[in-house]
Amino acid sequence: MKRLLDIALPLAVAALVIGAWQWAVAHWQVPGYVLPAPSAIVTAFLNNFGSLAAALTATFLITIEGFVGAVAAALALAILFSQSRLIERSLYPYAVILQVTPVVAIAPLILIWIGFERINLALALLAGLIAFFPVLTSTMLGLKSVDFNLMDLAWLYGASRWRMLWKVQLPSALPHLLSGMKTGGVIALIGEVTAEFAAGSGTATGLAWRITESSNRLEIATTFAALALLAALGVAIFAALSLLEWWLLRRWHESAIRP
Amino acid sequence: MISVSGVAKRFPNGTEALRDLSFSISEKEFVSLLGPSGCGKSTALRLVAGLLAPDQGHIEYPHGKPEIGFVFQDPTLMPWADALTNARLPLDLKGWPRDQANAVAAASLYQVGLGQFTRSYPRELSGGMRMRVSIARAMAAGPKLLLLDEPFAALDEITRNQLGDDLLRLWRDNGLTILFVTHSVSESSYLSERVLVMTPRPGHIAAEIALPTGRDSRLSPATVEAQRKISDVLNTVMAA
Repeated sequence: MKRLLDIALPLAVAALVIGAWQWAVAHWQVPGYVLPAPSAIVTAFLNNFGSLAAALTATFLITIEGFVGAVAAALALAILFSQSRLIERSLYPYAVILQVTPVVAIAPLILIWIGFERINLALALLAGLIAFFPVLTSTMLGLKSVDFNLMDLAWLYGASRWRMLWKVQLPSALPHLLSGMKTGGVIALIGEVTAEFAAGSGTATGLAWRITESSNRLEIATTFAALALLAALGVAIFAALSLLEWWLLRRWHESAIRP
Repeated sequence: MISVSGVAKRFPNGTEALRDLSFSISEKEFVSLLGPSGCGKSTALRLVAGLLAPDQGHIEYPHGKPEIGFVFQDPTLMPWADALTNARLPLDLKGWPRDQANAVAAASLYQVGLGQFTRSYPRELSGGMRMRVSIARAMAAGPKLLLLDEPFAALDEITRNQLGDDLLRLWRDNGLTILFVTHSVSESSYLSERVLVMTPRPGHIAAEIALPTGRDSRLSPATVEAQRKISDVLNTVMAA
């Protein structure tokens, strides 16, 4: 019953909001270029399904490329930091600098350096840059939070650094890594879209480009349809990563075990 | 088997944990290290294991450093792994082949009465069962010397007594040497052959009590007499 309510209540709210929106637009005769009715958005979605689906696919693939790269790089760097305080102290400040610099500010540079002819690579890099930091910090925290007694046992049994890492540290850090991935996955999408906006129309082919293009033509219903797809993509990425987290932790971690 | 002489240990925060700690333990002996909380018992145990280095003094193993099993106050299990994988950890860390390690770990779990729970995760086990896994893990490495740091302190009395009996059986069956840290007079009087009583911090050995034989139950006259003797010594040490 509780789980049914968890699904039914948000759906009821959505139905109410959409119904009120449809009524308000018709009642006050709001022009479609200001606020299109939900029905107009559905029509625009169906009429532009081909181009919107292609844009969605492009945005999704570039985001995933950037995200996977970010996870691989962050994991590798977190492991390196866990093995050497010297390396951590030398490089960590630069990771922080990278994070606090807005992606919009560095997007033009990345686009110029990589070149507009390889726009997808530049967008993936920008998406990855923004996703990198939360994965790095979470994984570092996980690797540092290992039970000291377990580490002592590993030392007592003469474990090599590699075995200690593989058998004790990495499994212990897994919940933190997955938590960082959930945050990173969603903000990778934000980074990709921001980078697409920075790249401007005519080069990128993703949803941000469709939003820019349709709003320039005052096809606001199409803009809304692209926005809805973007939101759905963000939710889908978050849901997929939450599912992965649940699946990997379901046997042992408090966060994944239902009372 | 172990000779500790003149050991001192001070921590970076300035706490002087041990001063002039000296004792020795013979092979196959069961010795308890008894003292009030914070007297440096756990520090002494970690020094013996080699997990800490002394600031002064020596810890020697005249016949070479034996294989050591260590049991902490908390079971310190890996929550992501089942009982078998937890018990196998020392062997995994030593790089044993998986099949061989599984066989040894399963036998070790069987020895502590958990043969039916090899696939259970720590969260699915009771506190006493988790501690049994922890002991099985220590036993899997085939130790000659077993170091236990107040392993039963967090358990209820019934479980504590059961585990105490199991420990005695493991000691006898496997020819182990045991150094058992505790603050329980009754536990030390029943389990060990000899009790080393420590002073409050900075800890050192204030008295050494050899216990008589015939302590075959917790309420036998010999055990009760041993308890009284240890309590008297402990009270004198604390009063001083």
